[in-house]
Amino acid sequence: MLTSISRRAILAIYAVIIIVPLTVVAFGSFKSTQELFAGPFSLPQSLSPDNFAEVVGGQNLGSSFMNSAIVTGISVPLTLFLASLAGYGVSRLKGFMSWAIFGFLVLGMAIPAQANMVPLYVLFGRLGLLDNLTGLILANVVSTLPIAVFILGGFMRTLPKELYEASSIDGSGPWKTYSSIALPLSAPSIAAAAIFLFVIHWNELLYPLLFIQSPGNRTLPLALLSFQGEFQTNYPLLFAGVILASLPVVVAYVFLQRYFVAGITAGASKG
Amino acid sequence: MSIHPGTAAKRKAPGSNAPANPAKVRRRSPTRVNPALYLFPLPAVAVVAFFLVMPTLQAFQYAITDWNGFSAAFNYVGVDNFVRAFTKDSLFTNALTNNLKFVLLVVIAQTVFSLVLALLLTKNSRGSILLRALFFFPTILSSVSVAFIWKFIYDPNFGLANSVLRTVGVDGGAYLGNDAQALYWVAVTQVWFHSGQMMVVYIAGLQAIPRELYEAAEMDGANKWQQFKSITWPFVAPATSIVVAYTTVQSFKAFDLILGIAGNPPKAALDILSTRIYSTFANSEFGYAAAQSIIFMAMIALVTWLQRRLLRLTPKGD
Repeated sequence: MLTSISRRAILAIYAVIIIVPLTVVAFGSFKSTQELFAGPFSLPQSLSPDNFAEVVGGQNLGSSFMNSAIVTGISVPLTLFLASLAGYGVSRLKGFMSWAIFGFLVLGMAIPAQANMVPLYVLFGRLGLLDNLTGLILANVVSTLPIAVFILGGFMRTLPKELYEASSIDGSGPWKTYSSIALPLSAPSIAAAAIFLFVIHWNELLYPLLFIQSPGNRTLPLALLSFQGEFQTNYPLLFAGVILASLPVVVAYVFLQRYFVAGITAGASKG
Repeated sequence: MSIHPGTAAKRKAPGSNAPANPAKVRRRSPTRVNPALYLFPLPAVAVVAFFLVMPTLQAFQYAITDWNGFSAAFNYVGVDNFVRAFTKDSLFTNALTNNLKFVLLVVIAQTVFSLVLALLLTKNSRGSILLRALFFFPTILSSVSVAFIWKFIYDPNFGLANSVLRTVGVDGGAYLGNDAQALYWVAVTQVWFHSGQMMVVYIAGLQAIPRELYEAAEMDGANKWQQFKSITWPFVAPATSIVVAYTTVQSFKAFDLILGIAGNPPKAALDILSTRIYSTFANSEFGYAAAQSIIFMAMIALVTWLQRRLLRLTPKGD
């Protein structure tokens, strides 16, 4: 449909539109404001880590990084655990109950976070879950559990039933079958879901914005957002923050690129 | 349900000690369900029921009150909040209009663009695998990061876009500073952010098309456009409905991106439903915010339903 030259031209132009801003951000994070505005494309004069030191120390991004690591580090495995239990149960139950439980869990995908944020805020207030990381973890788990059940449950349903039957004839109870048969066999879908959840939980902004008040409890996206207000045009500082906030996901992406695509499209094509 | 005489006979046939009730027969079969299996989905069901479904139902209750979130006293005001949103609150109707405009823009642009990218990168050559990875990359960044990057691109004085334009002697625009255009520029950012993700969905769809179809079409003398129209398009129609549905929800929820690029609260030209609900909530109008969030949810459901109806018209759709 397209000639080879126009095909290459489109791809090259879009590659430039992706690469150039990212390069400018990477270079800019080492520059002073004057240096950035003088020439956004030039290489930084020095690789001084001043901007990073300032955002980590002065802007509390260091503690936000820790908070994000804790929240994500617990939310992802917890969601996967609950979702894999549910997925396993649903894949072994039969008939109406299996359908009803799966439907109930998956229906949650249709509820946007903004739809129930007011009652959730009130509920969290009553349970003492405001302004602490436990509340964030819980909110993360709840909001992504439906899609995780969808991905894992969908996969577990395709596993051959004979394996389960063989396992129970061998005398294994459901828990043993879950942990020694269903879980290992579901590894590909668990890996995909893990990466999908990692990206969502690491980047989550609405719940921290709703629930967190004290600066010491901020996660990275919230900390970034709040210093946008303070440093309107101090772009080098914002860029250092962007790089710091993106680092774990980017590093993981470089090594696990294939799985990222599988994970996020598992979410996209079933979301 | 009509009972087939054959089946009925078969069920009653087994020996004298077999129970007449077919349900009992099924439970006695070797693949009967172990009741312990009900315990497995239980934690997830409890969590979803208590923290997702119950609050959503409660939103309907709050929506008909004038509760401010703090005082114990509040009144039931019926549909007043809904009437207020549509007739007396220009901030809300503005956000609604912006949101629909934004969704329409992003869905059209992103669907077309991600399909074009996918078509250009279907072949599994080294180069296209590398480019796919590059184009997908923005998807993994946080919305706040993407917002900052683009805030810098659009900065009228120091920004990247105008720096480039100045070198070729063109006066750049104010971009986000121009209220008439601001929403379009954020739509561009959203497309940059997520097209790679949708491209990958399309590539998966495209790679499922049997090569032989194209070979056959070529032998029949079909040109590239005819091949696209009668082979590629019917095959990617299912992927299209996924891309459109997902992009719709994603652009309805562009909350993070708007807050990052426009600040909190965003100016009217960039206010969408999710940011408006948040502002109403932050303003301690809990009842009214709940009503707005129900309108929001209904909007998403309505637009998604409309799209499913429209897309069903395409061949092999749904």
